[in-house]
Amino acid sequence: MSEKTEPDVKNSANGSAKPTSPNADLKSEFAAFLDYAPAPESSEDAEIKQRYHHFINGTFTEPVKQRYFKSINPATEEVLSEFAEGTSEDVDAAVKAARRAYDKVWSKLSGKERGKYIFRIARMIQERSKELAIVESMDGGKPIRESRDVDVPLAAAYFFYYAGWADKLKYAFPGKTPESIGVCGQIIPWNFPLLMLSWKIAPALAAGNTVVLKPAETTPLTALKFAEICRDAGLPDGVVNIVTGAGQTGAAIVDHPDVNKIAFTGSTEVGKIIQKSLAGTAKKYTLELGGKGPNIVYEDAPLDQAVEGVINAIFFNQGHVCCAGSRLFVQEGIADELIEKLKARMESLIVGDPLDKNTDIGAINSKMQFEKIEKYIQIGKNEGAEFYQTTCDLPKNGYFCRPTLFTGVSQSNRVVQEEIFGPVLTIQTFRTPQEAIEKANNTPYGLASGVWTDKGSKIFETGKAVRSGVMWSNTYNKFDPTSPFGGYKESGIGREGGLHGLYPYVNLEH
Amino acid sequence: MSNRIPVLKTYKTYVGGKFPRSESGKTYPVKNSKNETIAHACRCTRKDVRDAVLAAKSAFPGWQNRTAYNRGQILYRMAEMLEGRKSQFVEELALAGGKEKQAAKEVEAAIDRFIYYAGWTDKIAQVFGTINPVASSHFNFSSPEPTGIVAILSPENHPLLSVVSLVAPVIAGGNSCVLLAPESNPLPAVSLGEVLLSSDLPGGVVNILSGYHSEMAGNLSSHMDVNAVFNSSDDHSLRKLIDENASISVKRVKHYTPEDWHSHTVEDPYLIQEFMEIKTTWHPVGM
Repeated sequence: MSEKTEPDVKNSANGSAKPTSPNADLKSEFAAFLDYAPAPESSEDAEIKQRYHHFINGTFTEPVKQRYFKSINPATEEVLSEFAEGTSEDVDAAVKAARRAYDKVWSKLSGKERGKYIFRIARMIQERSKELAIVESMDGGKPIRESRDVDVPLAAAYFFYYAGWADKLKYAFPGKTPESIGVCGQIIPWNFPLLMLSWKIAPALAAGNTVVLKPAETTPLTALKFAEICRDAGLPDGVVNIVTGAGQTGAAIVDHPDVNKIAFTGSTEVGKIIQKSLAGTAKKYTLELGGKGPNIVYEDAPLDQAVEGVINAIFFNQGHVCCAGSRLFVQEGIADELIEKLKARMESLIVGDPLDKNTDIGAINSKMQFEKIEKYIQIGKNEGAEFYQTTCDLPKNGYFCRPTLFTGVSQSNRVVQEEIFGPVLTIQTFRTPQEAIEKANNTPYGLASGVWTDKGSKIFETGKAVRSGVMWSNTYNKFDPTSPFGGYKESGIGREGGLHGLYPYVNLEH
Repeated sequence: MSNRIPVLKTYKTYVGGKFPRSESGKTYPVKNSKNETIAHACRCTRKDVRDAVLAAKSAFPGWQNRTAYNRGQILYRMAEMLEGRKSQFVEELALAGGKEKQAAKEVEAAIDRFIYYAGWTDKIAQVFGTINPVASSHFNFSSPEPTGIVAILSPENHPLLSVVSLVAPVIAGGNSCVLLAPESNPLPAVSLGEVLLSSDLPGGVVNILSGYHSEMAGNLSSHMDVNAVFNSSDDHSLRKLIDENASISVKRVKHYTPEDWHSHTVEDPYLIQEFMEIKTTWHPVGM
């Protein structure tokens, strides 16, 4: 797609028209000797039922109203399976089960025994890792390399990490006695379905709470596989309950009077609605919301490393990452060279079948998200930004988006201010570190940021001045169960992961 | 008893290191326990709230970047200054109808509370920060940083001790704040501004407004530059209003109504941490 292409529905950002990028020659040069043979992972290893029910009180339970919704494989646009649509009746049953389990079993169990259950779960995720990775990619569209090497192993690691805390909580809160809270309502997004589940459930259980969790409506499959794991691990009935559904199901959890704590990961827009609906209640809450991560490259940065980092920052998981480095700031002196290298590297990215081990960028998670990204690409063009997209082939079916750049953007452009949640990067230049920092901080968000330089003192100065919960220096998009994650400002409240990730799940008594 | 006519004090506000009157030009009577008017205090409104938030916003970067040691020194200096003006505050508390002995006890507790938090400034990162052993070749650490601008709503009891107990943890962590003084007796809180100014605390780090909370709380808790609200009022409808307003820009809210402001449990480093953000930094390790 040429940067000069007029807005046109047929020639839309991801249309099937053959691209004619000015960089097309880069591609041919590259692809001539580097054409990968397809290496698809077999989906036979993944058993997917035609229909899934809620998991309530240790049992797969049909929804009271008997309504189901379909989940689509975004890479093929085919129906993958059907899931129960949770109503307030289902949520109520799940909360009651969680309350019973909390009162009768889980709160009475010693930390040591709780921990052993969580360790079991961690092990069983490892044992079923291949299957989990495949269904994660089929349900959500992410490349198998990522679900296999990042999502699933990290999910297991979070359970391992928090399992160990269960009988050591008193060491986490000096001077205080931590006590469990009760029933936790947890609502997770579609970008890292199993991983987000682990961020939520592992610390909640370790701290002695029981859980009602709602996975996102486009990616509920691994949560129900996880329910099987809970059952197989012998986890007492009702300790973990999974209710599937869309926004209304989530609202029923948030509004339920017998829920003691809400944990939500998702958009800032929905986070604000949740925060408002919790007003005047005694419920605790943590919010992990949107971002518009600044990624600052100083002119003394190791350029090739920085290019790799920029690619990873924005194109990891199709850009469906709340902490994505979606705003690149390049110091003027190296801007031309970096952008040229960046375009060349982007040309080598393979967009396609999520199950193919060669794929770098999989399918956009849903039609809705695909349309949102397209809308933003159009907005960026209309705002007069310079548009660039790579020339790679896209599969005929499914929702795919080529890696996209906007240069010549200004701070007030919507594509610079608003979270797109797709493989779309904006590039701005700067002269002084102060200018970069000021621009970096000039959004309502503050989740994550990146800085690239060879100079340590510059890293610390920038790291201190940029207001964000995570500062990746000379790296980006790294996650670990020991490492706290969460936002400043409108990117959220509270931290998940690490010792700090235990706070939201305890009451501290003197 | 001489025939000298005593000089009465005009109570103003404390904003940006200065003592301006309310923009509204209005005052309201402050009564003692016998319902006699003992002074007039500024009745601040929306415009004063905006000015105070602006002052807090301007002061924040400088205060945040002071060393923890320096912040501790200044908090300690506040205790020194308050100790030196002890009798003034005892009189002011007694004026409102308190017993002198009780008043003295409250002032002493307030002084000690400054000392307590003065000692925390350079330890909070050590107690609440972590080095995280990630399973990759990265060095990774988490450290608390101030949340930003904190709105503080004080309660109606213990008008000096409560105010000090709320302000000290907030500024110890490096935040700046706007305080709504106790409505029924804002006098000690407003006088505290004199102590703060003479303690080398940069102007704007603490801003003190008096008036009716119902006329200010809405604007303060919905102000887009306020990052957090520390509320000590137990009024349920006010709490709900604060919570709802907080959701406009995802503000942190802490409702805090201890039974006894003298209790040692009010001295709590976790209150400092409530108004701090954990920042986690990663860097690769390798040759």
